[in-house]
Amino acid sequence: MSLLRTRGLRGFYGDFQALFDIDVTVEEGETIAIIGANGAGKTTFLRAVAGALACDGAMVEFDGHPIGGLPAHEVVRRGITMVPEGRRLFPSLTVEENLMLGAYSGRPGAWTLARVYELFPALAELRRLPSTSLSGGQQQMAAIGRALMSNPRLLLCDELSLGLAPIVIRDIYACLGAIAAEGTSLVIVEQDINRALDASSRFYCFQEGRVALAAACRGFDRAAITSAYFGL
Amino acid sequence: MNWLNILIQGGLLGGLYALFAIGLALSFGIMRLVNIAHGDFIVLAAYIALALIEATGIGALASLVIVVPLMFAFGYALQRGILNFTLSGGLLSPLLVTFGISVIIENVLLQLFGADIRRLHAGAIETDSVALGGIAVGAYPLLVFGVAVIAIAGLQFLFYRTTLGRAFRATSDDAQTAELLGIDNRHLYAMAMAIAMVFTALAGVLMAIRTTFDPAAGPIRLIFAFEAVIIGGLGSLWGMLLGGMVLGIAQAIGAALSPTWQILAGHLAFLAVLVIRPSGLFPHTRD
Repeated sequence: MSLLRTRGLRGFYGDFQALFDIDVTVEEGETIAIIGANGAGKTTFLRAVAGALACDGAMVEFDGHPIGGLPAHEVVRRGITMVPEGRRLFPSLTVEENLMLGAYSGRPGAWTLARVYELFPALAELRRLPSTSLSGGQQQMAAIGRALMSNPRLLLCDELSLGLAPIVIRDIYACLGAIAAEGTSLVIVEQDINRALDASSRFYCFQEGRVALAAACRGFDRAAITSAYFGL
Repeated sequence: MNWLNILIQGGLLGGLYALFAIGLALSFGIMRLVNIAHGDFIVLAAYIALALIEATGIGALASLVIVVPLMFAFGYALQRGILNFTLSGGLLSPLLVTFGISVIIENVLLQLFGADIRRLHAGAIETDSVALGGIAVGAYPLLVFGVAVIAIAGLQFLFYRTTLGRAFRATSDDAQTAELLGIDNRHLYAMAMAIAMVFTALAGVLMAIRTTFDPAAGPIRLIFAFEAVIIGGLGSLWGMLLGGMVLGIAQAIGAALSPTWQILAGHLAFLAVLVIRPSGLFPHTRD
């Protein structure tokens, strides 16, 4: 049984249909990538899985149970947490308070403050500072750490590399490997194709709200990806 | 006329105004909900206490043991059942709905209790005084001020030391992201209103022992609460106490000059702060 399975997932913003019959599966412990151009529906897909976008119950199945349309806080309680695009740390909270807030749902598991600081030692020194005083890379680490504090079985990562220097992106993706090694499943949404494919075992390429291509990452022809990406 | 005496009496009155302000500031700070019915909730709490006292004969201060939990439950149900549905409509819809609630409460109270002016009696403490360096200070105003200080210290603890407080601050920053991290905003908002009502109940009963009230006494309390919040600076807990004290002292000075000047002097002080420091004396800067 797959950990996450979407079947014919459709998503709407008002009357505008943003997702058309998306079928995506994620196995326990697996890391997959979702790539695609701007407006392809990648973030919309994550929001539908995370409960931030209304959809039918059976369209999203998690651990064998239909979760589509459940409120976001209930989805977190069941084990799916999202690292939102643009980090979205809480400005009036310190770094540590941001992390502690991640544990609000009270899910038990391996991730604690100490473990997060072990994974991101830079944050330990900055823990008492307001989250607004961090650099972009540190903010991204805090946002990932905050999501980990909910001990998710499935972590949704939206555009982790956005606005960050390549060397910082490399560090953050190295940490994703450590998170996956804990048995956590990951969905990585990226515009940086190479970065995403290197970190995952399979990928889905979205185009205008549909899955244009789905395949294993290893040895896949990059030219075929390019054509699916741009719809050539 | 002893000016030190005026300062002290006015400052102590500010404690009551700070209690008025807390509920209003909580619902605006956490939910951006401007609660026009806030003053009527204060008066409602006073009437609930009055009804309890008349029915059971318990003391005015002792009635808080029942009034506070009642108002807590009322706040939770009101937010969950009605006000949550107004929040998606921007600032205006909660404003209109709470205005409607204000009218309803005033008329229901008028229907049930009549238009008579009422007062609660707490016994000897009302007239006792404490000698502080040659000045006789009323024991009761001192008690109310002490309650206000403890209330604000308690809020400080709640907001900065507890999980619920952190969740309040996070939701106030970014409700959508808070939801994505497992916070049920509908429940959290209901908790915010419930806690606001705890302080509203406290304010209502303490007010009713100090001064008279009638079913139409709410709106002026709403204005005092607004003024205390704005003078102190939005989002600042201790600023609220200081805002209340500034308002109280201005009123005491006005009353000393001429009894008819009391309320006007408070409004003038409020206007002066708005002109000189529009963001209040202690604005809580969030960057």
